[in-house]
Amino acid sequence: MRVDGYGRIDRGREIRFSFDGKGFRGHPGDTLASALLANGVTLMGRSFKYHRPRGPLTAGPEEPNALVEIGTGASRTPNTRATVQEIHEGLVATSQNRLGPLDMDLMAVNDLLHPFLGAGFYYKTFMWPRAFWEKLYEPVIRRAAGLGRLSGEHDTGRYEKAFAFCDLLVIGAGPAGLMAALTAARGGLDVILADETAEPGGRLLSESEKIDGAPASDWVAATLVELRDAGVRIMPRTTVTGAYDGGVYGALERVGLHLPEAPDMPRECFWRITAQRAILAAGALERPIAFPMNDRPGIMMASAVRTYLHRYGVAPGQKVALFATNDDAHRTATDLIAAGIDVAAVVDPREDVTTAGEYRLIRGEIVDTAGRRALREITVRANGGETRIEADCLAVSGGWNPNVHLTCHLGARPVWNDRLEAFLPAKGAVPGLIPAGAAAGQYTTAACLSSGRDAAIDALSQLGRKAPKLAIPVADDRAGTSRALWQVTGHGRAWLDFANDVTTKDVKLAAAENYASVEHMKRYTTQGMAPDQGKNSNISALAVLADATGRTIAETGTTTYRPPFTPVSLGAIGAGARGKGFAPERLTTSHDASLDRGAPIVATGLWYRPSYFPRSGETTWREACDREVGMVRTCVGVADVSTLGKIDIQGKDAAAFLDFVYTNTFSTLKPGRVRYGLMLREDGHVMDDGTTACLAENHYLMTTTTAAAGQVMAHLDFVSQCLRPDLDVRFISVTEQWAQFAVAGPQAAALIGTVLDDAPELPFMGCAAVSVMGVPGRLFRISFSGEEGYEIAVPARYGAGLFRDLVGRAETMGGGAYGMEALNVLRIEKGFITHAEIDGRVTAGDLGMGKMVSAKKDCIGKTASERPGLADPARPALVGLRPANGNDPIPAGAHLYDEGDAPTRVNKKGHVTSTCYSATLKTHMALAFLVNGHDRLGERVRVKDHLRGADLICEITDPVVFDPDGGRMRG
Amino acid sequence: MADLIATTPFAGLLPLTRGETTATEIVFDAITSVAPYSGREKAVSKALAARTGAAFPEPNRTTGKADARAVWSGIGQAFVLGPRLEPIDGAAMTDQTDAWACLALEGPAARDVLARLTPLDLRPEVFEIGHAARTLLGHMACVLMRTDADRYGLMVFRSMASTCAHEIDTAMEGIAARARLG
Repeated sequence: MRVDGYGRIDRGREIRFSFDGKGFRGHPGDTLASALLANGVTLMGRSFKYHRPRGPLTAGPEEPNALVEIGTGASRTPNTRATVQEIHEGLVATSQNRLGPLDMDLMAVNDLLHPFLGAGFYYKTFMWPRAFWEKLYEPVIRRAAGLGRLSGEHDTGRYEKAFAFCDLLVIGAGPAGLMAALTAARGGLDVILADETAEPGGRLLSESEKIDGAPASDWVAATLVELRDAGVRIMPRTTVTGAYDGGVYGALERVGLHLPEAPDMPRECFWRITAQRAILAAGALERPIAFPMNDRPGIMMASAVRTYLHRYGVAPGQKVALFATNDDAHRTATDLIAAGIDVAAVVDPREDVTTAGEYRLIRGEIVDTAGRRALREITVRANGGETRIEADCLAVSGGWNPNVHLTCHLGARPVWNDRLEAFLPAKGAVPGLIPAGAAAGQYTTAACLSSGRDAAIDALSQLGRKAPKLAIPVADDRAGTSRALWQVTGHGRAWLDFANDVTTKDVKLAAAENYASVEHMKRYTTQGMAPDQGKNSNISALAVLADATGRTIAETGTTTYRPPFTPVSLGAIGAGARGKGFAPERLTTSHDASLDRGAPIVATGLWYRPSYFPRSGETTWREACDREVGMVRTCVGVADVSTLGKIDIQGKDAAAFLDFVYTNTFSTLKPGRVRYGLMLREDGHVMDDGTTACLAENHYLMTTTTAAAGQVMAHLDFVSQCLRPDLDVRFISVTEQWAQFAVAGPQAAALIGTVLDDAPELPFMGCAAVSVMGVPGRLFRISFSGEEGYEIAVPARYGAGLFRDLVGRAETMGGGAYGMEALNVLRIEKGFITHAEIDGRVTAGDLGMGKMVSAKKDCIGKTASERPGLADPARPALVGLRPANGNDPIPAGAHLYDEGDAPTRVNKKGHVTSTCYSATLKTHMALAFLVNGHDRLGERVRVKDHLRGADLICEITDPVVFDPDGGRMRG
Repeated sequence: MADLIATTPFAGLLPLTRGETTATEIVFDAITSVAPYSGREKAVSKALAARTGAAFPEPNRTTGKADARAVWSGIGQAFVLGPRLEPIDGAAMTDQTDAWACLALEGPAARDVLARLTPLDLRPEVFEIGHAARTLLGHMACVLMRTDADRYGLMVFRSMASTCAHEIDTAMEGIAARARLG
């Protein structure tokens, strides 16, 4: 019900929304909860375990009950707090965790079974038979106990993540936060002020208070104007969710969730805010009281009742009772009376309490409530008797719990304060984070204002700035008295954790069953493990546990506070990383030409490369691959090899540098010549292989594999900066500068000749600067296919043009483009290795390249490679395999066993690394590592793939099967 | 013999305008890496200044102007953007003209666009005109420089041009959409 003259909503405009399919109207400024309450709807959800009817307990982000699904289809978001979600035109909200309509939830039968469903019930009940757990018990429990539903579709909504920096981050824009921001801004700091609500002001907008004699909201408005003018960055709808090392804070901004969905509007933004100093002015959360049957719709926090009245102009009931243990909460009654709402009674257990207005005060406790889907009546125990009082809303206040959460995110524990009966932030809990206001136990408005100013002055002085002269506005400084009341004993369950349906009885049971540590109690009862993370229940639960175990609250301690403070959607954390956003795509200059030819593209690291180039009539990849292999072996093929790493190395010590990083000698390499090299890691294993060309004296071009390009570059940087800073050498990646194409086959020289302005006579392993149709390029005579082969390089801008040109010319000669599949077959036929072989565990000796580790010089990894374990001749060695009988594929990854041995782990003798069908030799073949492999050529070995089931006998061959003496590539 | 066709990295991808922010490809006549050898730093800087007007930049800085700018690109290394350079005695130099996709991001909200992509403190008084960094743009390594009050120069690997344009477009769209919020 709306109350005239109250609230900050815009009554001039109406917003239509729906809840459980029924249409409602609200106003701009309403949350879903306030709009529903205004429409007389208090039942907004069903509880987690017992499916009890529930209404909102709070008016803020700590809400445990009023969790709803928002939206439809892919964008449906479960567990949205109705107290946070603002309404907008067309908003579709649905209640969750029910079977049937919300007011007739069939799962409510659980409530009748509650004696059997206490803490740990499933550990005890569903012990037998064991096999039923996964198949029956767990699915049934999950069905019955749960929260909202995921859509099951990809969330196509847009999310952002972003970085921000400031001198001072002020967390919370209540009286302390506003005063802190104002002081810091006047002191010249660059300030970010983050507040989780749509309208900064904190409790100043939720109470009827005066500042400097005028309504507090006037002071808020004037302060916000000054802050904006001073350049303070005000971030509304932004919850600071975590404190991290180095003054970094995570914050979730609700960017477009309060608006009808638009495809380009981010729903949320996850901020990483780096602040030199931060002030925690996050306020406090009101503490519930665990009295019997305290969970009915209509029972809510006293502060929430005042928020609904003052912020939203809503009376949550027509006949409101108050159960409070502190003077401060009594203003709930006076505020309601002032608004013309009937206050049924104020129940306060303190013997010395006096009334603060014209209402019925009962010095007692509430021991029961009634009302099926909404509160109807409360039972008060006073003076030894019990009285029933009619009420449709009960406001509850058990005091306040300062929001210390962020101060605990780096491991500090909050400190119990006996006077305030509350946990306060530990000193220096998070470096640079200064608690202020209610978060620091300062509860009056006056104290909050001065605490905010003092915190800002502290921050200013820590940053070497002068404090500005700033008067503290006059505000309410009546602290009143209070007394903690954690629980009221009586018949019926008394809820602590509304969200996970944990009662005082569950906590006592945990203690009785010796789950007496607060961390054990939490896990045994699930208290504090719901989406609200126990914001409403943690302190009360540990107080009940302390009582049950005969310890003090300080001794009992809190559970660990971890980020995030409020739920953060994975969409926001992973913003931008969905689909292709996961990693950048590296496209070669020939990419479009490959697509034009219908080539399927495969990802190789970040690069995208053509798998094969299908031609009409070819129905499988193998047909295309076999043709491309044949093309290279008999005519000419063109492949883009630009993805290989290219590193330009210069300087008077460049040759010495190469000698140090390569196992073999490069200082003897003459200009115009290319040499194959092997590189070891410091531990003696092979890191990478490739060719290095000597372009001129003291000028080399190193080629790495595609896979290890980054690793080799980092390695060279390390060697140059840390191991051999004495060598005067400079190097830089030129991978992206050059588009480079392999041209291979008996007709390679002929094809190359057609694009060169003056084709040089290159010997095998020669290189030269060339002119490619007028463009300065480079030509290398190297081969990864075993045929006469060239690699031709031009500046990348010409890559697309040259590739189309080369392929076109090749096709007229009977050749064409070849892809990764054919490239792989060609190299396996020749026994050339890739990172399938050099997988980080093999030595030069394993590859049969032991002699490439020069005896005449040192190199990185040489000494380590001489360790007995790495030099053992019985290590698995590179061999070739081909089927001994028939012609079945040899699966990559299969394991090798001696014939007659059982194919078990202990008998394993090696594994298959690369496999192909050799179109040239018309047989399947593979490369493999086999124990004593070099000595077993011609023998047989069993190949078994335990995953895919293949099991065959193979003949062991030399890894180089095709053209073993290399006559074809030497020409 | 036919000529080889040249294409620029952002061909078909840029320019882009969203709200008040524009992203435009920059095509330099040449990009040259210059890395002075040991003990030759001063001489190389002097020669560079004489030829281009841009001395060898300090770490995280640029020198020169739009037609000839030098940007720090790593330890003992700078990229000279603009003029073609003849070899300078005492320095290792490579042609990087085709290796980089270069763009200018310009407009009053350019900084906000970058705040979605770059983990750096770009507040105007912190990342001043003439400042530069090797940093990240989304998941991509980049060279970032502030060349004017609301103008930033960006360089990413040429092969990543399409991802770069997409990421910048997405960030620009989000900023433009936020502008509607008022």
